[in-house]
Amino acid sequence: MISIINHSKILKTTIIAVVCFSLPFAIIFSISYGAVDIDFATIWGAIIHFNPDATSHQVIQELRLPRAIAAALVGACLAVSGAIMQGMTRNPLASPSIMGVTDGAAFALVLMLAFFPAMSNTGLTAASLIGAGIAVVLVFMVGSMSTSGLTPVKLALAGVAIGTLLRSVSSLISLHFQLEKEMGFWLAGGLAGTNWQSVKILLILGAIGLFLAFAIAGSITTLSLGDDIATSLGQNNLLVKIIGIFSVLILTGAAVSIAGAIGFLGLIVPHITRFIMGTDYRWIVPASAVFGALLLILSDVTARMINAPFETPVGAITSLIGVPFFLYLARSSGGGK
Amino acid sequence: MRMPKFIKQRTFLFIIILLVVFIIGWFFISLATGTIQISPRDVLKTLFLNGTDRQELVLFDFRLPGIILAILIGSGLAVSGVILQGITKNELADPGILGINTGAGLAIVIFLFFFRGILDTTSPFSVYMMPLFALTGALAAAILIYVLAWNKGINPIRLVLVGIGINAGFSAALVIFQLKMDPQDYRQATVWLMGDIWSANWAFVFALLPWILILIPFAWHKARTLNALNLGDSVASGLGSKVEKDRLILLFTAVALAGASVAAGGGIAFLGLVVPHIARKIIGPMHQYVIPISALIGALLLMVADTVGKNIMAPTEIPIGIVVSILSIPYFIYLLIKTK
Repeated sequence: MISIINHSKILKTTIIAVVCFSLPFAIIFSISYGAVDIDFATIWGAIIHFNPDATSHQVIQELRLPRAIAAALVGACLAVSGAIMQGMTRNPLASPSIMGVTDGAAFALVLMLAFFPAMSNTGLTAASLIGAGIAVVLVFMVGSMSTSGLTPVKLALAGVAIGTLLRSVSSLISLHFQLEKEMGFWLAGGLAGTNWQSVKILLILGAIGLFLAFAIAGSITTLSLGDDIATSLGQNNLLVKIIGIFSVLILTGAAVSIAGAIGFLGLIVPHITRFIMGTDYRWIVPASAVFGALLLILSDVTARMINAPFETPVGAITSLIGVPFFLYLARSSGGGK
Repeated sequence: MRMPKFIKQRTFLFIIILLVVFIIGWFFISLATGTIQISPRDVLKTLFLNGTDRQELVLFDFRLPGIILAILIGSGLAVSGVILQGITKNELADPGILGINTGAGLAIVIFLFFFRGILDTTSPFSVYMMPLFALTGALAAAILIYVLAWNKGINPIRLVLVGIGINAGFSAALVIFQLKMDPQDYRQATVWLMGDIWSANWAFVFALLPWILILIPFAWHKARTLNALNLGDSVASGLGSKVEKDRLILLFTAVALAGASVAAGGGIAFLGLVVPHIARKIIGPMHQYVIPISALIGALLLMVADTVGKNIMAPTEIPIGIVVSILSIPYFIYLLIKTK
């Protein structure tokens, strides 16, 4: 028995390690592809000994490198946030975009842009965190208040309703204050505007959120067996849930404030990793982080390729990948209840 | 047994008359309000062709077609919602949530995208073509949802979840297409998708009118079949209904109504969901009463939303779909909490 577990542990570690090692290659690929293709030697040169006079070095240092890193971080944040949500609620459809979180964050951002246009980037990030929080609380409240409890379909419908409501109010504000362009960007999701400032925000918040997520991963596994079993095993469920919600808020808020609404990434990645890694969240959480990072880097490259030289919003790409998956889940898990 | 039915018919007539009075009243209110104020007396004078040229222009070319479109679209979407909720036995079904509206929207955007250069999109030909295109898109969405949700029968919950998924997928495809458009078309398409009675002119009214005038009476005619279907398939076939055939015909009617309405009014969500509930609350579950009352409530609600959207934040015009969402989502959330 023990040898099998050890063996599978080695296997799981290998899978995570392989994905980890492929991340730098994906980043280099993402940097080299663009309006002007840049070869690997130049990329290496720009990173090792940066020459401010060379245009290609400038492009790499100021545009493409921060963008690729931001894509990796945003992907990791959204995927882990989805994994924690699904574990906590034992609901296979829970994820940032289904739960209206992204709409909440966008709503807060529009409010700030309309009424406090001089707000700093840090302030905007803080606002999107609060907005994401309000949406999560609202969706959970509506779902739990329902007579039949928090079923997948109730959660999905509550998410649609709250999300649409928040988006409608945001459109209203943006129409009145002529912020449609900014709004359109947040709703479509994109990484075009990322710079080192955004990477810094993502690094700090992502580190806190990921740390919290890793810290409670074991308890989430217990919690995913059900509240009663977890309690009888001596676990403080309330504490775990509070920490879980905090980490979800920080991770989603950070991701949305940088990249806008990137749909379905937080839904599909945890399912893929659960399929490979089994049910233990101590494996699911780190694996989701690396898979999410890889998926978003590749989606971002696809988004730039598909209609070159124009960019397609990366959120549209992740949605197109995610929808068939969602349909599969709806058929297999939603119909039985 | 006779007595209650008699009373019911009297209440039904009373409510119909009440709603018609409200609609006529609001009709004059919304004719009189706007950036250019026209007093109610002048409105009447202009309607009897005694107004100034300017007043005639504002009323006949701008306001009147918009209001009539609101009435047509509102009743179309509401009846489409009644039928969908009836045949799926799902109280939370609605052409917006199920992705039928988005399917129609996608077809329209593709139409604008490919034919923009070739045709003038406000020319009569393309105005009459648009409901057909929207219908194709709506049908494609409906068939896709039906097929994907089919697993030895249709489970209402699976249907809603699949609909939400289809909706998200079509929305993503829409974004990709929209961004390929030039900026002016892009803005037009965005506002339209939020639900907007765009370029409200008489051509749109005449393009939509036959659909509404044929399909709503047809749905009313089929009210008894809907009642039977609502009792369950076995009871319905016991009552002599050809279940699968009737369901298909009614589904087609609902999709056609939604598609035609979307072609003229854009993505107005939640109206088709909320209105049937209000109607059932007033008159009970019998479809021969629910369908006409829903049509009138839908028309009234959309007229009100149209006037509110045009005036509350003037000079900014709020797309009508946003007003409808903000008005009806709180009620939807209440329904979500109440229903099993």
